[in-house]
Amino acid sequence: MNWLTNFVRPKIRALVGKETPDNLWEKCPSCEQMIFHRELETALRVCPHCDHHMRLGAPARLEMLFDEGSHTRIELPQPTADPLKFRDRKRYTERLKEAQQQSGESDATIVAHGQIEGMSAVIAVLDFNFMGGSMGMAVGDALIAAARLAVLQEAPLITITSSGGARMQEGILSLMQLPRTVIAVDEVKEAGLPYVVVLADPTTGGVSASFAMLGDIAIAEPGALIGFAGARVIEETIREALPEGFQRAEYLLDHGVVDMVSHRHELRATLVRLFRLLKDRSPAAEVVPLPEAGVAVGDSSTGSAAGKEAEPAPAAEAAPAPVPDATPVPPAKED
Amino acid sequence: MRHFLDFEQPIAELESKIEELRHLSDADEINIAEEVERLEVKSDRLLRQTYGNLSPWQKVQVARHPERPHSSDYVSGLIEDFVPLAGDRVFAEDQAILGGLGRFRGRTVIVLGHEKGGDTDGRVKHNFGMARPEGYRKAKRLMELADRFRLPVVTLVDTAGAYPGVGAEERGQAEAIARSIETCLEVSVPLISIIIGEGGSGGAVALAAADRVLMLEHAIYSVISPEGCASILWKDGSYAEQAADALKLTSADLAKLGVVDQVIEEPLGGAHRAPGEMIEAVGDALEPVIYALASEDRDNLRAMRRRKYLNIGKKGLG
Repeated sequence: MNWLTNFVRPKIRALVGKETPDNLWEKCPSCEQMIFHRELETALRVCPHCDHHMRLGAPARLEMLFDEGSHTRIELPQPTADPLKFRDRKRYTERLKEAQQQSGESDATIVAHGQIEGMSAVIAVLDFNFMGGSMGMAVGDALIAAARLAVLQEAPLITITSSGGARMQEGILSLMQLPRTVIAVDEVKEAGLPYVVVLADPTTGGVSASFAMLGDIAIAEPGALIGFAGARVIEETIREALPEGFQRAEYLLDHGVVDMVSHRHELRATLVRLFRLLKDRSPAAEVVPLPEAGVAVGDSSTGSAAGKEAEPAPAAEAAPAPVPDATPVPPAKED
Repeated sequence: MRHFLDFEQPIAELESKIEELRHLSDADEINIAEEVERLEVKSDRLLRQTYGNLSPWQKVQVARHPERPHSSDYVSGLIEDFVPLAGDRVFAEDQAILGGLGRFRGRTVIVLGHEKGGDTDGRVKHNFGMARPEGYRKAKRLMELADRFRLPVVTLVDTAGAYPGVGAEERGQAEAIARSIETCLEVSVPLISIIIGEGGSGGAVALAAADRVLMLEHAIYSVISPEGCASILWKDGSYAEQAADALKLTSADLAKLGVVDQVIEEPLGGAHRAPGEMIEAVGDALEPVIYALASEDRDNLRAMRRRKYLNIGKKGLG
């Protein structure tokens, strides 16, 4: 744990890396066309030739969804690194350090709050580049922090998942992130706030068997691999070839597992439409002319929204000497 | 014919020798009787030694022992008037998870448990204890039933994992597990899980996000099987023994990590040597736990359960 290796080096690499000529062109893994890197970034890593959705890094996902310059990342808790002193061919601490240096992040999740079309939202993104987006204590803690922030800000929570599942190197503690993240998103739901999941490629194992499958709304990215068991394990178990498109977003849509498959370029607009529908639930208050003297105030037939809007003004008129603490009723929450 | 594990071979040899001598002796041969006694002492000591120092990988073998008591054995040994309840009301009845109403030492409870099956037919019928979405949806349904009638829930965990199949995936295996975990954390009745054999990953925790998690001494509980872990991290399944070590899947380690609240000691030589004794011991451990939780305030119970999980992992193995 050294400031130079963990912080400075990745920053320099990030700065220098952009200029290296060998990654100016990228080959689409689906149609194999070469795409100029700038064009690919502008297209949010969707192939302009075949619409294949490539994996997108977590920071770019935040940029793509939040209003420009409106979001702030929050600092996340730093749980005990390597609680089991796990070692396979390599020490877990080494794998972790490598991933941290490569990404400049401390673990696989980043969390930010900001505005989407002027509406507050909290987003937690899992980054597949960080140890396969695997979920250990840090990811669980990040989800809990994100959920608490959403509740505090009375904002919807969006999670964007891209993960191979639980982080084996944390043993049973990685499995314990299933209940922990379920509690986190349930806190958001119990506060009456929307919880939306964007299932990106891939979302499997423990992540799919917990918070990723509990969205009020589940949106999948085109072509994303989503499922519990790995395809190879299934093939070995049933000893048969798997059906065409198995565990892909469109296949899951057909089987009723997700609400929709949304093109990355339309994701933001979809979220905005959903949030507006869930936020402004009754017709906007009409402009009601001031009632004539003698007309009953807050007539129930005018509808609750209009009634509340109209209330304070006539009350002030009718009572020329208002009681000092007769402040108008605060507007209803949904406004 | 008793099934012996590889590392039990020396014990098996001694026991078969004792058996042979017994058949030889015509009861009055004092020398033979003495020899039998001597060998019995030796075999007992060996058993004690072996089982007192099981490696994690050996525990994996014991936890999967085919003669180890399964959920249905605990149900017949501990639950009176058991009424099995079937089906998820959507698609099917999944016999990999048994469930029902019954009376445990006087108290009505809902019991849920992975069932591996006792013989070949049983194993096929119960799909080796590997549940499909219907199993988890049945579990959810029965936990909600328990909540409605304020009945404690006891779950018996014994599964290699959720079934990896095409149909299971198509019908939302991941979602079914997630909902089952969610329901565990939602109900306002005591929820007690007992890891009786193999606690395999998501398929296990789906029934085990509980107020109290009890675990048999030689049972295992892990995020992935040692074989699976070895083939991914070591790129070679033959490193399962090393993976079993690294994963910290034994009851002693899990108790240290705060994932398991209480370890239930097994009879000498493991649960499979004395199933009746084991089942009674589980009943004796369970009774005071249910009793204590049943007097808790309902809302408090749920809040404490959630707090417990949020706090898990704050301490490492030290």
